[in-house]
Amino acid sequence: MNAADKKRLLREMLFARRFEERCYEAYMERKVGGFLHLYPGQEACCFGVMEAARPGHDYVITGYRDHVHAIKCGSDPKAVMAELYAKETGCSKGRGGSMHIFDVKHRFMGGYALVGGPFPLAVGMAKAIKMKGGDEIAICFLGDAANNQGTFHESLNMAALWKLPVLFVCENNLYGIGTRIDRSTAVTEQYKRVCGYDIPASQVDGQDIEVVYNEAKKAVDHVRSGKGPYFLELMTYRFRGHSMSDSNKYRSKDEEETWGKRDPLYILKSRLIAAKELSEAEYQKLDKEIIEQIEKDIIPFAESSPEPKVDELTKYVFGENDPYVRGGAR
Amino acid sequence: MAEIFFWEAVRRAHDEEMARDPMVICMGEDVGVVGGTYKATQGLYDKYGPERVMDTPISENGFTGLGIGASFLGVRPIIEIMSVNFAWLALDQIANSAAKVRYMSGGQLTAPVVIRSPGGVAHQLGAQHSGRMEKIFMGIAGLRVVTPSNPKQAYGLIKSAVRCNDPVFINEHEYMYSMKGDVPDAEYFHPLEGSEVARMGRDVTLFGYNISVHWCLQAAEILSKQHGVEAEVVDLFALSPLDRVGIKASASKTHRAVVVEEAEAPVGVGAEVIAIINEECFFELDAAPVRVSAANVPIPFNHKLEKAAIPNAQEVVKAVLKMLGK
Ligand SMILES: Cc1ncc(C[n+]2csc(CCOP(=O)(O)OP(=O)(O)O)c2C)c(N)n1
Ligand SMILES: [Mg+2]
Repeated sequence: MNAADKKRLLREMLFARRFEERCYEAYMERKVGGFLHLYPGQEACCFGVMEAARPGHDYVITGYRDHVHAIKCGSDPKAVMAELYAKETGCSKGRGGSMHIFDVKHRFMGGYALVGGPFPLAVGMAKAIKMKGGDEIAICFLGDAANNQGTFHESLNMAALWKLPVLFVCENNLYGIGTRIDRSTAVTEQYKRVCGYDIPASQVDGQDIEVVYNEAKKAVDHVRSGKGPYFLELMTYRFRGHSMSDSNKYRSKDEEETWGKRDPLYILKSRLIAAKELSEAEYQKLDKEIIEQIEKDIIPFAESSPEPKVDELTKYVFGENDPYVRGGAR
Repeated sequence: MAEIFFWEAVRRAHDEEMARDPMVICMGEDVGVVGGTYKATQGLYDKYGPERVMDTPISENGFTGLGIGASFLGVRPIIEIMSVNFAWLALDQIANSAAKVRYMSGGQLTAPVVIRSPGGVAHQLGAQHSGRMEKIFMGIAGLRVVTPSNPKQAYGLIKSAVRCNDPVFINEHEYMYSMKGDVPDAEYFHPLEGSEVARMGRDVTLFGYNISVHWCLQAAEILSKQHGVEAEVVDLFALSPLDRVGIKASASKTHRAVVVEEAEAPVGVGAEVIAIINEECFFELDAAPVRVSAANVPIPFNHKLEKAAIPNAQEVVKAVLKMLGK
C-alpha cells in the first residue's frame, strides 16, 4: 500500500463515516424509517478486505449493516441514500430498505436481515463460480454473533468439503445487539471455531486498515488460487448502538473510551500526518468536501426522488410473462 | 405415449434438463451414489458426475441456501429434500431468501430454484414422517407451489419449473412414486398455473390435489354408479397461485363444492378454495361449501388410528350425499 492508496482509503473511510452519520440525522428527522444499523468504528474491516479483493468483480454478500459494503463495491451513494428514503431511484427501487441494499451490477448481492442467512448463499455463489470457471471469489461479511447459527457450521462444512472459493470475514465487534460475546459464545475467539472444518483461519486487528489489508491479501490469494475457503476474523468495535432503538446501556464507559482511541480513521490519519503525507489542513479540506458532496448532491437526490407507484405494488413478486408459467413457449 | 412409474417420470425430467443445460444440477441427501430415496435421480450420478449430482450433508437449511445462492449466478438447481418433514429446517432459506429476493432487490436478483419434496401420510411412518406441508408453502408470497397427481404432471411440472425464473416448490407424495401413468414421448411442459378438470360432472365439484384427486375420482365413480350423482373433479395442480378462474368456473357450473385435502383443515387448501368461491361466486351456490380434511392430530403410529386420521373416498361420498340431502 503506497501513500496515495492510503490517502484514497482515508478519504473513502471518512466518506463512509460521514455518510452513516448523515443517515442517522435523516432518521432523527424522520425522513428515514424502519431499522437502521450503522457502521462507524468498523470501517477498516470492509475497506481493508475489499482493497485486497476486486470490488465490482468479486461477489459480496452481507447482513443488515450493509450501506458501506455496497458503496465500496461500486454502488452510487445517491442510490443507497435514496433506498433509505424508500424512493424508486433507490438501488432496490424502494422495495428493500436499509437492510436490503442490492446492486447486482456491481456484484453486491445483498443485505439480508436474518442473522446467519447469507452464509449458505455465499457458499452457493462460490459453487456457481466454480462451475462457471471464473476467477471471482465470494466474500461473506458477517458479525460474530451470526456464528452461533446452524447455517455457519453447515456452510463451513460444505465450503470445505467441496473446496469452494469463498472468503468468510467475521467482523467481531464483541456484541450481538446487547449481549457481549462471552455471554453468548463458549469459544469467544471465532477463528478457533473454524479449525473443526479444516479451513485456514486467522485473527487480526480490525481497526488498523494496513493490518487488515495485509492479512486479507493472504486470505484472498488463498481463495482465488483455488485452495478453498478461508476464514478471517477482524477484531473491531461499533461506536454507535446496534440500531436506532438501542439503549446502549450494556457497555461500560471505560470500554467505549478504550475502543474510541482505536478509531480506524484516527489511526490511519495520524500515521499519514506523522509520515508527513498529510496535513491537518488537508484533512479538514477533505472532510469539508465530503460533507458538501453529501449535502449538495446525495441528500437532495434522495429527497427529491419520487416514491414507487402504488399501482406497482405487486411488481417483482414473480417474473413477468414467464412462458413456462403457461407451459412453455408455444 | 408410454406408461411409466411416477419415479421414472421424475427421473426423466431431471435427465432431459441436465442433458440440455450444463447449468442444471441436482442436489440433496442420497441423490447421487444411491440414486435417490425414491429412485428419482437413479443413474444420474454416473452420467453427470459429482459436481452436478451432489450428495449433500444432512444440512437442509444449508444446502437449500447453497442452491439458492448458486441460482443467483445462473445455476439451475433441482433441490431434493428427502422428506417434506425435513423442509421445516429449510424454511428460513426458502421463505426469507428464495421467495423474497426478487422483490426486495427491486427485480435485480432472482432465485430460479426448484425444490422437490415428498410428503403425505404413507404407511405407519409416525408423526414426524407424515407431515403435509403444502399449506405452509402456499402461504409464502413469491414462491410458486405445484403438486402433481400423476406421472405426466410430475414430468411436465418439473420441466417447466426448471426453466421458470421464479422459485418453485414441488410437493410430491411418498405413496405415489410407484403409481403408473401415461407420459407423452415428446417433450412436454406442464403449466405452473391453472387447474385441470379430471372428470366432468354437473351436480357437485370435488376439488382435490395430489393424492386427494384419486380419492375424488373414486368417490365420483361411487356417486355415479350407486347414487346417480355426477361429480366433477377439479385437479388443483397449482396451489400457489391458486386458479381463481378455474375454481369459479366449476363451482358456478355445479353450484356445489367439496374440497378434499390430506392435511388438517385449519389454514389449509380447503379454507383457501372456499374463500375464493365465496369471493367469486357466492350467489351461484346451492349449498354451503365443505371441506373433507384430516383430523387435527399428529399422525398416529397405529394403523387403524392412522387410517382414521386421513380422509378417503367414502368420506367424500358421505359429504356429498349430506350436502345433497340424500
Ligand atoms: C435469525 C435472527 N435472529 C435474531 C435476529 C435479531 N438480531 C438482529 S442483529 C442481531 C445481532 C447480530 O450480531 P452480530 O452477528 O454480531 O452482528 P453485528 O450486529 O454485531 O454486526 C440479532 C440478534 C435476526 N435479525 N435474525
Ligand atoms: Mg457483533
